[in-house]
Amino acid sequence: MRRLALILCLLLATPLVAVEPDEVLDDPVLEERAREISAEVRCVVCQNEPIDSSNAGVARDLRLIIRERLVAGDTNQEVFDYLVARYGDFVLFNPPWRPSTYALWLGPFIILGLGFLAVIMALRGKSGQLTASLTPEEQARLEALREKDGS
Amino acid sequence: MNRLVFAVPFALAVLVLAFGYWGLSNGRDPSSIPSALISQPVPDFALEPIEGVDTPGLSTADLKGQGLTLVNVFASWCGPCRAEHPILTRIGREQDLRIVAINYKDQPAAAADWLEELGNPYALIGSDLSGRTGIEWGVTGVPETFIVSNDGIVLHRFPGPVVGDGQRRFQKALDAAKAAQ
Repeated sequence: MRRLALILCLLLATPLVAVEPDEVLDDPVLEERAREISAEVRCVVCQNEPIDSSNAGVARDLRLIIRERLVAGDTNQEVFDYLVARYGDFVLFNPPWRPSTYALWLGPFIILGLGFLAVIMALRGKSGQLTASLTPEEQARLEALREKDGS
Repeated sequence: MNRLVFAVPFALAVLVLAFGYWGLSNGRDPSSIPSALISQPVPDFALEPIEGVDTPGLSTADLKGQGLTLVNVFASWCGPCRAEHPILTRIGREQDLRIVAINYKDQPAAAADWLEELGNPYALIGSDLSGRTGIEWGVTGVPETFIVSNDGIVLHRFPGPVVGDGQRRFQKALDAAKAAQ
């Protein structure tokens, strides 16, 4: 029972966020957009964390800037562009689709495809070898065994 | 045909390993963020001087037509800034370079004491209390040093302290910037 309670507590715990009460906007729609954006923006100090859950000073500043810009009427894309102009594509967890990122987006699929190709080729080679390696005598014996088995 | 089946994955594995080796060698730091400002004009900003320090403030206009300039982002609360301070001071003196500074999120009194104690090699210092100007410059932490051309173009961003191997790498970038002038 106690274990169940613990599991429930863990499951019901709110996800970790670093947004402080004084940052939250009065307008719930804008706040929701701000949260969406900051979940997609990499913290430039602790790099595997989105700014939404980072306690770094710069992350807080960026969260505040995102909210300011939304209040000023920016679209989500304009906010992303503002951040990219200063910190580069690096701040985006979702890298844009452009010539310099083709290798990044397509690489895994190309390697996977090559892997499939290699497997298919290997299997084909194997089955080809098997049929080719039976001599006429062996074939005759096989037929005989099959007949015997069938009767 | 059979040979190809083995050669293709092998060649791929070699390629991936070579890429990994290239990525991790040559002092390349996988966690360092490439700056979006390189070859761009310095961002628009205007900073007041530090309260209680005689050095004037810093703004965009101060970085145009003034020769090659180093812009050092520092704070009195930052340990590595203290370590690089004498080295930057010496680089400025010996190589006859103009050094200006952005004092990032610092208490004016603490910054004044710091400059009093360690010396003030800066021609101009802007006090960035809110850190907003730091964000305009794409600063991720202090110290950071930018090399700005005579035309006000950002030539290089150097994150971290200019000490030891960092000093060697910084000097290399600085020499390249001088040659380009």
